[in-house]
Amino acid sequence: MGTTNINTNTKLHETRFPWKKLLIHLVLIAGIGITILPFFWMITTAFKTQGESVQMPPIWFPSQWRLDSFFEIWGKPTFVQAYLNTIISTVVTVIGQVGICALAAYSFARIKFPGRDILFVTVLGVLMIPSQIFLMPQYLIIQKLGLLNSIPALFLPNLFSAFGTFLLRQAFLTLPSELEEAAMLDGCNRFQTFYKIMLPLTKSSLVALSIMVMKFAWNDLMWPLIVNTSAKKMTLAPTLSSMISEYGSNYPVQMAGAVLSILPLVILFVIFQKQFIEGVASTGVKG
Amino acid sequence: MIAPLMIGLTVFYFYPFFQSIYMSFTETGAFNRSVWNGIDNYIRLLSDKTFFQSLGNTFFYVVITVPVGILLSMILAVLLNSKIKATSFYRTIYFLPSVTMAAAISLVWKWIYNGDYGLLNVMLEAIGISGKSWLTNPKTVMISIGIVGIWCSCGYNTIILLAGLQGVSRSYYEAAAIDGAGAFYQFRKITFPLLSPTIFFVMVTSLINGLKTFDMVYMMVPTTNPAYKQAQTVVMYFYRNAFDYSDKGYASTIAVIIFLLIMLITIFQMKWQKHWVIYD
Repeated sequence: MGTTNINTNTKLHETRFPWKKLLIHLVLIAGIGITILPFFWMITTAFKTQGESVQMPPIWFPSQWRLDSFFEIWGKPTFVQAYLNTIISTVVTVIGQVGICALAAYSFARIKFPGRDILFVTVLGVLMIPSQIFLMPQYLIIQKLGLLNSIPALFLPNLFSAFGTFLLRQAFLTLPSELEEAAMLDGCNRFQTFYKIMLPLTKSSLVALSIMVMKFAWNDLMWPLIVNTSAKKMTLAPTLSSMISEYGSNYPVQMAGAVLSILPLVILFVIFQKQFIEGVASTGVKG
Repeated sequence: MIAPLMIGLTVFYFYPFFQSIYMSFTETGAFNRSVWNGIDNYIRLLSDKTFFQSLGNTFFYVVITVPVGILLSMILAVLLNSKIKATSFYRTIYFLPSVTMAAAISLVWKWIYNGDYGLLNVMLEAIGISGKSWLTNPKTVMISIGIVGIWCSCGYNTIILLAGLQGVSRSYYEAAAIDGAGAFYQFRKITFPLLSPTIFFVMVTSLINGLKTFDMVYMMVPTTNPAYKQAQTVVMYFYRNAFDYSDKGYASTIAVIIFLLIMLITIFQMKWQKHWVIYD
């Protein structure tokens, strides 16, 4: 009875003009404006001529939507090469890291072996340490391997992740162990049980991790900058930084480069926004 | 099954960790050889004004971005949690900056901040304020970068806080409303305590990310910028020493200090959380 009372109360409220809701929407729309403005400016500028881009007072839209700047940046072999390198390095990092972490995470969650817990605690230790302290020795190792200025240098250290292992171990822990026992009784060996039964059940965690790794690998600036100096082996982020000096005041070309660099992730985000957002939302609630 | 990970972690993480600590006690001599020099690097660090300046810059960045950033995301999250339409549209847009490359975003912001043709100054002039060259002025450079930092992370944090808010049962608010509690009182007595673990999580991650700021400053403030000294963060100073000046020993010392600093702050926060974070 009590609940119905409250419901009718709120309904009475809503028949009046919803000032409160209007105010909330206004604040949220202002937030949208601030969020969108830099993107808007980036996109419209990319279609302007250089003259239009520095016109005073500025014009919001180009007089004509020109693709010249896109053609110019796409005609640069270094930019196209960087695009390819970024795609390769991102794909390898995602598949490699998720695969390696899933294997280890399953073992930590489900297989009993001597020293397991101590080993897992050491893995967690890496999670606590800021990545800067690893950078220089990592660089020296890549140098020793003779891999400076190569594509493998871009992704090698990122194939191994303490965070990924931790995240996936949590996922495996939540699965009922009866499932495994049943699979084993039916004649699956350890690896088959892992691959055919357990792995598909952790799909949402695998997707969440893949998205995080992809975002990191695609956008990373410092590591490629450290290990590779040759423009042919660069990824997009450092290439954008060298574009600043190359195209000093040619803003349309700079913006075209920026638009093309963010485009793949933005498209993926639009398609998989549920997975992107839920992955992030769950980190805070669990953590 | 565990071997690939353990080998990789050993080669690229465990071993480098100890090597960095070792190298922080060495000097990089001729032919890139490391020569033991005891605590000389640490002594040098203590009298290195540039180091302390970069540390100060980093703290300044953290102090302006973390509280304001959390406050803004908190407001947005509470508003998004009210019974209104189109929340998923708002969520999607707010999340957008966090999937885009910091390097690309920095290009746009660098231009928006431009003293001559920048959009910001044009808009300020329209309301009668004469702007300046934001990124080359020592007084405004770090605040300008901080605003971009907040712009980048605000939506991301909003999503985390919103998820926390959605976990708070409506029945608490209904009960409070019956007892005549106002909106602000409800926030203080229900929302904040129940959300405190999430706020704590957002705070720790923002703080650590703030201390590690590199990309945006690297992109927006080149070494030729007159305000470079006021914008150089501690991670940037590490990077310059390690890879521009090839002073590997000294750079390791800075890396060790960054590590200790983050450890200290994490421990401090863990202790401090007992006073205000409520776990059920």
